[in-house]
Amino acid sequence: MKITQISVFLENRKGRLYDVCSLLGAHHVNIRALTIAETESFGVLRMVVDKCDAAVKLLREHGFVANFTDVVAVEVPDTPGGLAAVLKVFADNDVNVEYMYGFVEKHSDKALLVFRFEDTDVAQQVLAKHSISIVTKQEIEGL
Amino acid sequence: MIWKKDVECLDLAGLKALQSHHLKKLIPYICRNCPVYKQKIDAAGVNPDAIQSIDDIKKLPFTTKEDMRDYYPYGLFSASQDQIHEIHVSSGTTGNPTLVGYTKDDLKLWGDVMARVLCCAGAEPGDTIQIAYGYGLFTGGLGFHYGALEMGLRIIPTSSGQTARQLKIMQDFKPRILGCTPSYALYMAEEAKELGIDPTQGNWKIGIFGAEPWSESMRREIEAAWNMLATDVYGLSEIIGPGVAQECQHKDGLHIFSDVFYPEVIDPATGEEVPEGQDGELTITTLTKQGIPLIRYRTRDIVSIRYDKCRCGRTSPRISKIKGRTDDMIVVRGINVFPSQIEHVLVGIEGTQPHYQIVVDRKARQLDEVEVLVEVEQRFFSDEIRHLSELRERIRKEIQNVLSIGVKVTLVEPKTIERSMGKSQRIVDKRTL
Repeated sequence: MKITQISVFLENRKGRLYDVCSLLGAHHVNIRALTIAETESFGVLRMVVDKCDAAVKLLREHGFVANFTDVVAVEVPDTPGGLAAVLKVFADNDVNVEYMYGFVEKHSDKALLVFRFEDTDVAQQVLAKHSISIVTKQEIEGL
Repeated sequence: MIWKKDVECLDLAGLKALQSHHLKKLIPYICRNCPVYKQKIDAAGVNPDAIQSIDDIKKLPFTTKEDMRDYYPYGLFSASQDQIHEIHVSSGTTGNPTLVGYTKDDLKLWGDVMARVLCCAGAEPGDTIQIAYGYGLFTGGLGFHYGALEMGLRIIPTSSGQTARQLKIMQDFKPRILGCTPSYALYMAEEAKELGIDPTQGNWKIGIFGAEPWSESMRREIEAAWNMLATDVYGLSEIIGPGVAQECQHKDGLHIFSDVFYPEVIDPATGEEVPEGQDGELTITTLTKQGIPLIRYRTRDIVSIRYDKCRCGRTSPRISKIKGRTDDMIVVRGINVFPSQIEHVLVGIEGTQPHYQIVVDRKARQLDEVEVLVEVEQRFFSDEIRHLSELRERIRKEIQNVLSIGVKVTLVEPKTIERSMGKSQRIVDKRTL
C-alpha cells in the first residue's frame, strides 16, 4: 500500500523550515518522517504527516508550493544487515530507489523507512512477493 | 497585389523627393497652426525656412509620449476642433491618456495605408475579412474597417471577444482574412478544439496580427494551429493606429509606408541615427497628417531598418519585428537586454510563467552579473531535485542563447517577487553606474 508524502519547495532562506513546521504545528499536523534535499539555492522538504490533505491545503493557502508524491514505508529489521537484506531484494529485481529516509519514531523492534521508487507499483509487487511488510496509511495515521 | 504601386515601388531617389516635398509643406503648416510646436521649434533654434529637404529633418526636435500627455488634450493639434471628425483615446495607465484626432483627410489617409496593409498581407479584391480587433476608442477595429472599406472587401466587424460566435461566423461566412491580436488567435485555436472544431481545417488563410509584441515561435504556433499565413502589422495610435508598417508574404521585415510616415532609427541615448541594420529606437514623422501631425515622434520601440528592395517588388524600407522597448532596456556588459527577451524564453519553456525578475549587480571584480529570479509554480514543482535542477539549467541555457551573456537563474518561492500595482517590477538594477 502506498502512502502519501508531501514535498514543499523551500528557498535557502533563514527561517523557512521553521515557518513550515510552526504552521503545521499550530494546526495540529504531526510530522512522522522528514528529510531535506538541498542545492545551493533551494531545497525540497519531504515529509510524511498524519493529515496530508489538510497539510497541503494549509501550506498552499500560506503561499507554499506543495505537492503529493506516492511513497512506500517499509519495515526493516533493526539489526545489522537488516537494510542491506531489503536493498538486495530491490537490486536483484531491478527496482530503482530514487531516495529514502527514516521515520522519526520506532515501530516495535523494526525500523521504518520511506522509499521513493522510480516505479512504485513494480516495487510494491516485489515487496509483496518477498514478504517484506509495508506500513499502511492507517498505521501511519495512528502512529 | 500592391495597393499604391506608384509610391510603394518608387525608387529611393523618387521617394526622397516626395518626402522632401511633404516635409517642406508640413513644417510651415504646423508652425502656423500649433503654437506649442512653434515654440518647440523656435526653442530648438530652427528656422522653418531652413527645412528644404528630408535630410533637414535631423535639425528638428523630437516629440515624446510625455509631450502628448503634457499638452493633453489639444496642445499638439494643428487642426481646429471643427475640422476633427473622429477622436481616439488610449487608456492612461500613468497620468493623462493619449488623445488623437483625425480630419477628413486623415481618415482618408488611414483608409489608404490600411488598404496597403491588407494588400501587403495578401488580401485580394473580393475577399472577406473578419475584424476581431476591438472596435471603439482603441484604433485597431476601426483602422482595419476603414482599410477594408477602401479596398472594397466584404467586412465582418465581429470586434473582439465572444469566441464561440467568432468561430461560428468563420464557419458560416468563410472569411479568408482574419485580423486580431496574435494571442487571441492562439486562444481561439484552443477554444475551437474545445468545441470540436479542427482549427487546421479553419477558413482563415491569412492572419494580420498586431497590437502586441510577438515572437517568431508564436508565429510558428499560430501558423501550425490554423494552417494559415500569419503576418505582423505595426502601428500606434499617436501616428495613425494600425497602418504604419506591414509584412508581405515573404515575412522578411515590415514594409513601412515611408512616403507618409518617415522613419528614423536612432540611438535612444544620443538621438543620433544608427547605421542601417543596427538596433535603435524607431522615430516617426507623419509627413501628411493634418489633425495632430507629429515631428520625430519617439515610439520607444526598438527595431532595425533596411532599405534594400524586397522580393515582393516594394521599395519601401523594412523594419524588423519589435525587438523590445527603450523604456525597460538595460545594458549589461555592452549588451542590450530587454525583459521581453527573457519573457519569450520563459513562455517558450513549458511549465514556466512569466513571473520573473532580472537583478543586475556589479560585484567587486567589476563585472556586471545578471540573475534571473523565476517563481516556482505548483504545476511544475517536483519532489525530485533533479527535475528542478534540469528546469533551471534549461532556462539558463536558453536565456544565455538569446542574450549572449551568462546569467544565473534562481528558482524562488511563489509571490516572493515584488509586485507594484499588480505589475511585477521586472528589473532591479543594483549597479552604481
